[in-house]
Amino acid sequence: MNQLIMKTVLSKTTMKIEKEQDVVPFRNRVKEFATKIGMSLVNQTKLITAASELVRNMLKYANGGSVVIEIVNQGRDNGIRLTFDDKGPGIKDIPLALKDGFSTGKSLGIGLPGAKRLVSEFDIKSVVGKGTVVTIIKWKNG
Amino acid sequence: MDRIPILKMGQFLLVTIQIDLYDRLAVNLESDLVQMVSKTGARGVLIDISALTIVDSFMGRILGNIGSMSKIMDAETVVVGMQPAVAITLIELGLELQGVSTALNVEKGMLFLQEKIGNQNEPADNEDGTE
Repeated sequence: MNQLIMKTVLSKTTMKIEKEQDVVPFRNRVKEFATKIGMSLVNQTKLITAASELVRNMLKYANGGSVVIEIVNQGRDNGIRLTFDDKGPGIKDIPLALKDGFSTGKSLGIGLPGAKRLVSEFDIKSVVGKGTVVTIIKWKNG
Repeated sequence: MDRIPILKMGQFLLVTIQIDLYDRLAVNLESDLVQMVSKTGARGVLIDISALTIVDSFMGRILGNIGSMSKIMDAETVVVGMQPAVAITLIELGLELQGVSTALNVEKGMLFLQEKIGNQNEPADNEDGTE
């Protein structure tokens, strides 16, 4: 939590995700941001893959939402922070949702836990009936 | 509606994915391919993903499905040209692409398919010879 306060935002944009076709431009935008801070290709790929998983969840369970893309700085480190905000049904049991192989849908159930493994920082807050906010950070060298 | 073209070459079907996929496009590709296998009696399917910058769990599942469905239809599937960063990410994500054969590039993928199908044909030929 303390670390979160220390971070400064250098650049910021918000994208609305309402339909499946919005996913491709969104991924491209994340890539643009990641390229701007000189993130390695492997880390870019991990970040975009994690983003793709989270954005799919948002479309599938909450009919879409919005994503804030930011370049954040902490000390010497630059990174990309993505905040996925939806007004969906919320997640009842977050630890369970983060377990490999668990899914209420028909998927493999690796989206959420997989996304967590691919990024440097992962935070999820959810209120049942109100919505879910997932925040991830991938540091340039993380 | 966007569609990924499927090319027929001899006993094989070739698919080169040149654009970033959204989910419906991937689902369409899956059903188009299986239908093409049935229609043409193709023995092998080669999918080139060298232009794909990411493969997430959904796309991974589709690739797996194509492999299993083709198998039931008596066709081998090989996925070729995966970028190293994509391979690293897939494993960390927890997806092992089970049931799908892979090859480094199109050339090796074609060789793989030819060998697979050749091997299936040979024993039958030999039996004919000895009988």
